[in-house]
Amino acid sequence: MKQLATFSVDGRFLGVDVARVREVLRPQELTRVPLAPPQIAGLINLRGEIVTAFDLRVTLGRALRGRDERPMNVVVTTEHGPVSMLVDDVSDVLHVDENAIERPPSTLRGSARGLILGAYKLEGRLLLELDLDAVIANTSPWGIDAEVDDR
Amino acid sequence: MPGEMDEIVAEFLVESYESLDRLDRDLLALERDPHSREVLASTFRTMHTIKGTCGFLGFAKLERIAHAAENLLAGLRDGSLSITPQTAGVLLATGDVLRLILRQIEANGTDGEDDHDALVEDLGKLRGAPTGARPSAPPAAEARPPATQPAPAGPGRRFGFRGAVIDTTVRVDVNVLDRLMTLVGELVLARNQLAALASDRTDPSLASATQSVDRITAELQEGVMKTRLQPIRTAWATLPRVARDLAVALDKRVRIETDGDDTELDRSIIEAIKDPLTHIVRNAVDHGIEGPEARIDAGKPEEGVVLVRAYHEGGQVTIEVADDGAGIDLNAVRAKAVELASVTPEQAKRMSEREAIDLLFLPGFSTADHVTTVSGRGVGMDVVRTNIERVGGSIDLSSSRGVGTTFKIRIPLTLAIIPVLIATSRDERFAIPQANLLELVGVVPGSIEILHEVPVYRLRDRLLPVVSLARELQLGGDDEGSSAGRFLVVLQADDRRFGLLVDGLSDPSEIVVKPLGPHLHGLEAFAGATILGNGRVGLILDVVGLAARAGVVGDVHERLDAERTDDPPEDVQALLVFADAAGGRMAVPLDLVHRLEELPRAVVERSGLDLALPYGDRILPLVPLHELLVERRRAPRHAVEDMPAELQVLVHRRGEDLVGLVVGRIIDIVEQPLDLQPAGRPGVTGTMFVQGRITEILDLPGLLEMREERRRLDISASAGAAS
Repeated sequence: MKQLATFSVDGRFLGVDVARVREVLRPQELTRVPLAPPQIAGLINLRGEIVTAFDLRVTLGRALRGRDERPMNVVVTTEHGPVSMLVDDVSDVLHVDENAIERPPSTLRGSARGLILGAYKLEGRLLLELDLDAVIANTSPWGIDAEVDDR
Repeated sequence: MPGEMDEIVAEFLVESYESLDRLDRDLLALERDPHSREVLASTFRTMHTIKGTCGFLGFAKLERIAHAAENLLAGLRDGSLSITPQTAGVLLATGDVLRLILRQIEANGTDGEDDHDALVEDLGKLRGAPTGARPSAPPAAEARPPATQPAPAGPGRRFGFRGAVIDTTVRVDVNVLDRLMTLVGELVLARNQLAALASDRTDPSLASATQSVDRITAELQEGVMKTRLQPIRTAWATLPRVARDLAVALDKRVRIETDGDDTELDRSIIEAIKDPLTHIVRNAVDHGIEGPEARIDAGKPEEGVVLVRAYHEGGQVTIEVADDGAGIDLNAVRAKAVELASVTPEQAKRMSEREAIDLLFLPGFSTADHVTTVSGRGVGMDVVRTNIERVGGSIDLSSSRGVGTTFKIRIPLTLAIIPVLIATSRDERFAIPQANLLELVGVVPGSIEILHEVPVYRLRDRLLPVVSLARELQLGGDDEGSSAGRFLVVLQADDRRFGLLVDGLSDPSEIVVKPLGPHLHGLEAFAGATILGNGRVGLILDVVGLAARAGVVGDVHERLDAERTDDPPEDVQALLVFADAAGGRMAVPLDLVHRLEELPRAVVERSGLDLALPYGDRILPLVPLHELLVERRRAPRHAVEDMPAELQVLVHRRGEDLVGLVVGRIIDIVEQPLDLQPAGRPGVTGTMFVQGRITEILDLPGLLEMREERRRLDISASAGAAS
């Protein structure tokens, strides 16, 4: 069994290995970084530590967040220190059976497909496990194309 | 007890590694100067200490090798043997074996299974002793320190052993220093916030307490920073050895020279540059320096030189590795790139020198065959670049065919606290390092002109390229549209200067530089980030990177230079304007003036022809202005009493000496381009209009020299008359 910390991004239900999650933070003051790739939303001050925030909406090629919608921060550990993932809402930690993982659904296209390790079928919905390292490595501004909507 | 023992072993390991590094250096020094008694004694002492300590700790195999080496070194020290390349080679190899054993001890606590008989035999042979050594025979008893006797390791004895290395230094865990540095950083931020709060209140006791906190924080910060600094020597101590071994293997002769060994760097940076530096030096020896014959054919000395130097420059540390080898054949690089299909032949042809050099840093560029000297040049250069960029540095190389190649590594300040100016642009705040700051200018709308499509500002009749921060960082908005006053921050980027147009400025402050994550390393406009006084993250501008991005450093300036040829010369010079006793206006370049003084006539003393007065802790010789100027010299010599009660003195420094020039009146300091009309008399560089009046520009050093010459003649003339 594996534990995934789950959250939602523009209707998508996503999870990451709970062992990688350092903490979850309420919306933070973001300092925008001019000229940075679009999926880098900015920098936050995490108790004196400067942490880069990735906007998963941009990374996954989803509709952009409105001005008044303030994202939650899921701070994860990486080999280069902590990084924050900006998500819409944070949900529970779920237990999944690692053997039940399936290939990402065919409705998922574009570069977003390379960022998903696989899918778990839960009651009534699909939980996509995010490949954190791929998300972080994917910072080239031309690396993103919009995901084809599955609705 | 075992814990204590481990600690002793750990200390032994640390010391022995250091000792072996010293031994390497000493042996290399001996190859150059085989008779230096001081170095010979040092090598002996080093080996002696290692031997004694490992005997005490029960590492018999280590002791046996160290002992054999010690005997050989003793012979060298006594002069009964002399050092040969072979001896040096074996002794260096001994050092390597000892290191190997030390690593084994570090890993599993034992000195391994291998007896290293061959090495012991070699050492014995070189000494001329019977081969086979004598592992257990009592060797030269006087050479054994008491500690090597198999005595129980009582606390008293251990203390004695430690006593030998105790001095005024303490080893501190690096993590402790890192933690202290972080805490000081936070203290600086808290101090900034406190200062902001206190400035809003008028409570004098709060103000004085804030001042104390400010002062103590500054001192603490400096102290903690110092604990983390290490001389760069530690990063390149191993380079001579690396170069020597490689050169010997390649049948080349190479010498490493270092400059700026004491340049201090944060220890984290030293660690980070060690490997890249070694790699670059290896590359220089392997591919840069030619073989002895080729060098002689090229008219160079047989021995190649790799110069490694470090210095502080504009808030950065620059490290250069320069070889006097064959340089890089850029055409071959282009050809190689085409061959590797990195570029098309057409692209290769159009490529500038700089772009071709950049190819060397492409990953995998050199994985191709190593037949040509070029292909080897790039080996792993991408790794070197990555490592340097990881600590926020940059690397650059320039090469001249047949003359050599120079690598230049620039390391910005990381983990450091620096003074900055906070500027705002479109409501976003950015920190500008004060190291790059020249001055601040308020600009009114319309004062920025466009010249050859480049915005410029006329600063004291000099054209200054203008870079709009908002436009460069694509912050949006329109600079021209706003009628509000703005500021031009005049900055120095390498050897160019430019004005950065910003919306607002706030007080200077000190910030803690934190590196940006690797996701943002491609952004040359930023040097790092920091936490501002309001708790938000602020970005620190990289002035050189910003200038390069805006194209200031390169072509813009050249176009301005071209423009300038149409105008009168723009060379602005600061001049000190004064008047002689008769009111004639003269001036000298301000940089020739050390100080301006108003000194009382009463303290002037005359000795023979000379006037002088006490000045600080020395005597300042005085020269009245009229004595300098030939035709006015005929005027009756002024008695001291005829001088005004307060003398206007212009103090000029000549090397170590000071000279006081007594002038009539100091008028002003002006800055304007030199537009000289030739002058009709010696000692005057020319005349020009200053503030609408004809003014003579004096050649002060020349005048002083002429005066001295005249006095020598006067003296010899009077001596001749007397005889």
